[in-house]
Amino acid sequence: MDIAERRDGDILVLSPSGRIDNDTSPAFQARLLAALTPAAAVLVDFSAIEYISSAGLRALMMGSKQAKAVNGRLAVAALGPVVKEIFEISRFSLVVQVFDTSTEALAALR
Amino acid sequence: MLIRFWGSRGSIPTPLGYRAVQNKLRDALLAARGHRLDSLEAINDFLAKELPFSVSGTYGGNSSCVEIEAGGDDYVLCDLGSGVREFGNALIAKHGPAKKSRFNVFLSHTHWDHIMGFPFFTPSYIPGNVIRIHGCHKEMRDVFIRQQSNPCFPIDFRALGATIEFVELEPGRTYDIDGLSVKAIRQNHPSDSYGFRFSKNGKSMVYSTDSEHKFDVLTENYPFVEFFRDADLLIFDAQYSLADQISVKEDWGHSSNMIAVELAQLAHVKHLVMYHHEPVFDDKMIEKVLGETRRYVEINEYPQKLTVSSAYDGLEIVL
Repeated sequence: MDIAERRDGDILVLSPSGRIDNDTSPAFQARLLAALTPAAAVLVDFSAIEYISSAGLRALMMGSKQAKAVNGRLAVAALGPVVKEIFEISRFSLVVQVFDTSTEALAALR
Repeated sequence: MLIRFWGSRGSIPTPLGYRAVQNKLRDALLAARGHRLDSLEAINDFLAKELPFSVSGTYGGNSSCVEIEAGGDDYVLCDLGSGVREFGNALIAKHGPAKKSRFNVFLSHTHWDHIMGFPFFTPSYIPGNVIRIHGCHKEMRDVFIRQQSNPCFPIDFRALGATIEFVELEPGRTYDIDGLSVKAIRQNHPSDSYGFRFSKNGKSMVYSTDSEHKFDVLTENYPFVEFFRDADLLIFDAQYSLADQISVKEDWGHSSNMIAVELAQLAHVKHLVMYHHEPVFDDKMIEKVLGETRRYVEINEYPQKLTVSSAYDGLEIVL
């Protein structure tokens, strides 16, 4: 799994690619938590993610908790069809802000 | 080995109300339109094949109780939730009260929903019956005495007619009990709970309820992978969604359908039965979760086949 990064104003956009599973979730979690500094706004663009396991979702939950703790903001966007199903199965859209597109997410995070 | 579910609901018994029954009837009648139901056979066929189980049946309302028929002389039960009342009644209806029996019970823990059926377990009132309650909690006897004492219940535990013994088991040790090989594992639950693995004649079943699985990364080294390894049947606490399990309900001691699938696949379990259903969920929600869980199995594309079911009161599975 690679994680591309770019900035859109004050918002850091992380774009992981491939699978976030038992092998790759530690790296994903480490990068996400490092990005969530006080008052940071982070968008995770999922368009290049083909699968996420419970370990990957747990990493997102850790990010969500940290974002609250440091008064930051975290959103995810552009879920592919399989990842969207996994978010539905896990009910994760109830605990993390999910947007259809990165454009919508960026607008909400600004 | 035959496994029979007498209580599948988590936390508290959850009977159907009249509105739920009327909704099922309404859905069934709507689905029946256009069908020719002019014989009992046609009606039974329609009920079995045309209606979803959430309409034709119910996942049930009794709290935890599972029976294992393994060809031994004794009856074998996991937990004594409200389901054990119906087990006891069925036994007496079949054999009459005069037949003296021995019961080996394996108690996951002493939370109320896992013991509340015992005061209503008719065989416990009949002299000559022997009930051995096996578990890993030292305080089992005290809890049963307290449950059946004034002012909570009118009949004192010590007045029960059956011989009732408490047998403390050591986790990790293998026991031979009435021809069944039994091993316990400590589980993460408030005040601890214990799962049991039962094996006989090359078949194995794991009863693992009230168990919260917390790990950053799931690996082969996780002790439950070994405990579940190659089980023909895994009865697993899947009360919550993953989101609930690791957020608002973290440390409440229960697990989720996604963790169930991932653990079962890693351990090469053949049949996963989701158990200890969330009492807030109605039959349609449990059925929805079942469909989603089967879909998660497909998404994971694991090489070994995994069958997934949701437990319901009355479900029988032959291994």
